[in-house]
Amino acid sequence: MRKGPTAMPELTSRRGMLFGTAAVGAGVLLSGCTSNESDDEPASNDQPAADDKPGKPVTIGFAGPQADHGWLNAINDNAKSRAKKYKDVTLEITEGSNDTAQQIGQIETLINKKVDVLVVLPADGKALTQVGLQAMRAGIPVVNLDRIFNSPQAYRCWIGGDNYGMGLNAGHYIGEKLKNKKNARVIELAGLDNLELTKQRTQGFDAALKNYPNIKKVARQAAEFTVESGQAKMSQLLQAQSKFDALWNHDDDQGVGALRAIDQAGRDDFLMVGGAGALSAFQAIKQDDGVLKATVLYPPTMAASAIDLARALGQGKGVGGLAEFEIPSSLTLYSAVVDKDNVDQYMSTGFK
Amino acid sequence: MTQPVSPPRDDTPKVSPVEGPSQWRTLAARADVRTLSLLGVLAALILIGGITKPDEFLDTRNLQLVLTQASVIGVVTVGMTFVITSGGIDLSVGAIVALASVWATTVATQEYGFAGILFTAVIVGVGCGLVNGLLIAYGGMVPFIATLAMFASARGLALQITDGKTQIVTVEGVLDLGGRDAYILGIPPLVMVFALVTVIGWLLLNRTTFGRRSVAVGGNAEAARLAGIDVRRQRLYLYLLSGLCCGVAAFLLIVLSGSGQNTNGNLYELDAIAAAIIGGTLLSGGRGTITGSVLGVLIFTTITNIFALNNLQSDVQQIAKGAIIVAAVLVQRRTASTT
Repeated sequence: MRKGPTAMPELTSRRGMLFGTAAVGAGVLLSGCTSNESDDEPASNDQPAADDKPGKPVTIGFAGPQADHGWLNAINDNAKSRAKKYKDVTLEITEGSNDTAQQIGQIETLINKKVDVLVVLPADGKALTQVGLQAMRAGIPVVNLDRIFNSPQAYRCWIGGDNYGMGLNAGHYIGEKLKNKKNARVIELAGLDNLELTKQRTQGFDAALKNYPNIKKVARQAAEFTVESGQAKMSQLLQAQSKFDALWNHDDDQGVGALRAIDQAGRDDFLMVGGAGALSAFQAIKQDDGVLKATVLYPPTMAASAIDLARALGQGKGVGGLAEFEIPSSLTLYSAVVDKDNVDQYMSTGFK
Repeated sequence: MTQPVSPPRDDTPKVSPVEGPSQWRTLAARADVRTLSLLGVLAALILIGGITKPDEFLDTRNLQLVLTQASVIGVVTVGMTFVITSGGIDLSVGAIVALASVWATTVATQEYGFAGILFTAVIVGVGCGLVNGLLIAYGGMVPFIATLAMFASARGLALQITDGKTQIVTVEGVLDLGGRDAYILGIPPLVMVFALVTVIGWLLLNRTTFGRRSVAVGGNAEAARLAGIDVRRQRLYLYLLSGLCCGVAAFLLIVLSGSGQNTNGNLYELDAIAAAIIGGTLLSGGRGTITGSVLGVLIFTTITNIFALNNLQSDVQQIAKGAIIVAAVLVQRRTASTT
């Protein structure tokens, strides 16, 4: 690169010095502002484990995607805090990655370390099937968390949420609330449309609404699971629909933006149901002073349960409370509806 | 004000010593045609919106909504227009908006209230711009690479600060600014900031030596250097300016969404570049138009609005958006070449 003739002397001038001092000062001030410490405890799980009695020591390897949003972050927290509860469990947790090649490498490292059981939440279930198979062949049982592998041979047990069920339960909740209303109008704020799970949620929602002939879904827009997109899409939906009775929003994170848009538009003439189970949503439901009346869960506590299952696998036990000697091969979790009546019970599972 | 390079108008072409006054006139006329054709596209969109959804689209509230949605990306685009005009590119704008918005909404920053949030957002934006500028102007890095590096690390830092969590703003003053009660004469404060930034940007580009130098550097950096312009310092200032715009945009986004999130500003770099290019700013540098960029932003926002009001789904939206970009550019080419 060609060098200009007069740059450096300018920078050492008094103006430059002044600017430099201001920049350093601002930097010092700013660096104090990155702290996010607050007094409340992170999401933890208080429900008792199936079998708390210490047994054979088990080393569990845990590999997940990069925790770049609240729900995934809660997944990591749940796995860690659950593992800490057991004296006989050692958790080997990898740095989360969204890159398939990198995640494969991390899981191979865990296989080489000869962990007793693997818990894998793949960034992409289909793409990581091979490494799941590899672990199973090496004699390490795999608990596949949420995003499912292509082949049942790649895991010993799958545990995950129910996207179709989420839509179904949201639809039924809204249906029951509006069942005595003639010509009720419902709108849907969906999540990222590129994802299959968004389609499943919408299918479930539509299927449930079919049971209520008085209800018509009049609009659907897809946001991107972010606050920003939630605000943008919701404000347009509100402008498009001057009157409707209920709204289902797929995701509580984008719901923060949706609620902001509803507030900005000054609307309160409908009921809103959320999705996933964020702490802010639980708090709003408990306060009961806005449109948000309920949310359907996609529980991040599944990571804690995955640790339970992995421990049971390592110790050769079944699940307490079930008759079988082994853990199940597949567990689909229920998408419970949390409203004012039962919100206290779920408060500690809410994620930020 | 003795400038060796003397392109006095908006949309100045590449600096070249042989251009005579008649060429200036045709180029200026061509620029006006370009702006007119953009206005034509916007008018056509308004017609479509008005026909398909007369009650919802042709409504004061909807006008306020469209302009508010345009303001965040609009402010970013004004900064981007300067950078592109100078022959550079800033791929880090979305990441800077994300970083500034999360840095300004941490629990610690929020303790300093309204001023703390505003100050932090702006300073973080300027700081990132400073790093970009130093790397490009004095470190000799290609803008594409330097800002790509900033893109990656600013997003990474934003993720580290938030830990993937949504940071909800509790400062009343900031939240109120995004509400309907803060409108002055029916104009949302966000839109006022957007308008102010546009006017300042227009004046800076068309009526100051700073603007002329930016154009000159983009047209031919070597000629500009020989003409006595400190090219490196000019480049530094331009990335600082882009960073400043990102900081302001981050603050607007905080006000609008009432929160800070590391996913903020997703794909802003593409939206801002697309709006500037559609507006008539030359990607290779040497010509820039703030009016065109703002029209580009308004066209995009209006398209999104019309689609949402008509309840079209994301797949259709994306296909149509791509088609409209191509159509708009083709129409511009056609009208520009026939005059």
